[in-house]
Amino acid sequence: MRLLEYQAKELFKEYGIKVPPSKASKDIEQGRKDAKELGYPFVIKIQVPVGGRGKAGGIQKCSSDDEFELKYPQVMEMTIKGEHARAILLEKMADIKKELYLSLFLNRSKRCYTIIASAEGGVEIESVKNQIIKEVGLGHVEESVAREVAKEMRLEGQAVEDLVDFLQKLSKLTIEKEAELAEINPLAIVADGSLLALDGKVMTDDNANFRHEELQKYQEKSALEEKAEKSGFSLVELDGNIAVVGNGAGLVMSTLDMLSDSGGKPACFLDVGGGATTESVYEALTLISKMDRVKGILVNLYGGIVKTTTVASGFLKAYEDNLIDLPVFARLMGAASDEAKEMLKDSKTKLYGTVEEAINAAVVGVKK
Amino acid sequence: MTEIFDLLKGNPSDSDYKKKPVIVQGITGKFGSLHTKLMIEYGTNIAAGVTPGKGGQSFEGVPIYENVKEAVDATGAKISIVFVPAKFFLSAAKEALEAGIKLLVAIPEHVPVRDTLETLELAKKHGAIIIGPNTPGIMIPEIIKIGIMPASPFKAGDIVVLSKSGTLLYEISNSLTQAGFGQAITLGIGGDPINGTRLIDAFDMVKDLPDLRGMVVVGEIGGDAEELLAQKIIDSGFKKPVVAYIAGRAAPKEKRMGHAGAIVYGNYGSAESKVSMFNKANIPVAKRPVEVPVLLATKLGSSAD
Repeated sequence: MRLLEYQAKELFKEYGIKVPPSKASKDIEQGRKDAKELGYPFVIKIQVPVGGRGKAGGIQKCSSDDEFELKYPQVMEMTIKGEHARAILLEKMADIKKELYLSLFLNRSKRCYTIIASAEGGVEIESVKNQIIKEVGLGHVEESVAREVAKEMRLEGQAVEDLVDFLQKLSKLTIEKEAELAEINPLAIVADGSLLALDGKVMTDDNANFRHEELQKYQEKSALEEKAEKSGFSLVELDGNIAVVGNGAGLVMSTLDMLSDSGGKPACFLDVGGGATTESVYEALTLISKMDRVKGILVNLYGGIVKTTTVASGFLKAYEDNLIDLPVFARLMGAASDEAKEMLKDSKTKLYGTVEEAINAAVVGVKK
Repeated sequence: MTEIFDLLKGNPSDSDYKKKPVIVQGITGKFGSLHTKLMIEYGTNIAAGVTPGKGGQSFEGVPIYENVKEAVDATGAKISIVFVPAKFFLSAAKEALEAGIKLLVAIPEHVPVRDTLETLELAKKHGAIIIGPNTPGIMIPEIIKIGIMPASPFKAGDIVVLSKSGTLLYEISNSLTQAGFGQAITLGIGGDPINGTRLIDAFDMVKDLPDLRGMVVVGEIGGDAEELLAQKIIDSGFKKPVVAYIAGRAAPKEKRMGHAGAIVYGNYGSAESKVSMFNKANIPVAKRPVEVPVLLATKLGSSAD
């Protein structure tokens, strides 16, 4: 899961990585109390699970009650790259002398953890110049390695000691929380020459959630996503009107691509998993029936081992139970597809021989 | 012959040529038992199963052992396919590697990355190949199937198919078979961020296959496995036709699209990055799965001139 800045900073604090004084709130009443305790001036920072907040105006300076009353609701109302504010962080401003970059991440191609550090931080990682890159196996960072990094960054005095300390703590956090990424950007050198983590990004391994009870409070899932997960599905909600359902992530992505190429607007990505059964199809339709924006359902199932009649029964049951009243445009590849077509011929589910035909029918069908 | 074919098929002089014994770990589970039946049906020599607590019993005539060591001692198997739940994968893999398994096919989805990394360190130490996790498996059509893929899409031939995705592997192999392109070997590397066998490793395993006519790479967004493969193809001067397909062009950034590994950060892992790298390597990229055989036929036609 992707932790929000304030959540990442809670972890930083827990591990002893210094952050500026700050308070997170979800409504203005709490925000006012936080403001009083923190004292002006401070910055109001929107908490969203995407980057690029600063440019979009999601970070605002604030130095009086009047300004607070104006800006807090403004920031709270913003959406950034389609993401609404999950919380607001009020944070004291630091006297920044220089901005650095520091992260530990799972290097997929090298299959090990890797440190990236730079003396030129504060921009997105793609634009970070003069990157210092060190592979560190399963994520453990020896003091000597941390010192080397500090040296290559040409840090001096207290900043060296702090970098060595922060990097080792970041490593401990990465290992213990099973993070795929732990990033401090910017990591600031402040007036007294010491370091301070001004922003934090932590992504943890969802597949390791079962052994991290302590991270569950950061889990943010819509009711639908939770239901999907319980059924063993993966669901990504999108803003179009054609729900896309299939088995296997690759196949569903491929269907999404082709639908978009044909001018269709996907309402969701729903992968019911490798196999498909009457129950899983019924479950999938149950989830989709709860999305108001959906005007039609595009189904692309590669049966293989599964009989398509099994899948067809799922559709029939959903209509019988009045679960859905939407047109379904389906391509079912696999055994007994003629029989499945016969079963569905009087229903609102239409079967097509190829996914291309199903897509074209769906794009036309939802416009009616 | 390369190592993988030695393991999967062996040499004509072997008494078990084309009948290499395979162990199923988790043979009595719902998924494990279903696919054991299907693999046997396909002709794979499933020689033993392992389920702790069920040693001494049998399933479909296959003897079950308490642990992998007993199964290896009894059968001499060097190949194991693992069906245990993700949270038990690491211990199952350790057991297999320590018992002398040299090719481990890891089916479970949702294995924590740290467990995969630990498994890979151990595999390196033991000189073993891991395929997966989260893989549909590996097969030499009409000889051996070690995985969960349906049999119908595949046919023996001289094209290699490497894929991140399972269902797209079936879909595209089916289109290839329909178009008359059988497969020499097909391999799913898996949809996780960390793969025991990466695309570049899989390429190394098959590139020197004597009768190889062409290669199909089925990629998807996330990571840079496709980019590295394209670079490797450029650097190695590999001359046989390669055709690719990439899923996920329309996926939003920073959203995990079903597979743990299918996520784009900025340009890292994006479809554009993969397509442009393939273009650089002179590898055409199909826009839709059904175009793959068409592009391959074109490539084969032009390379035959």
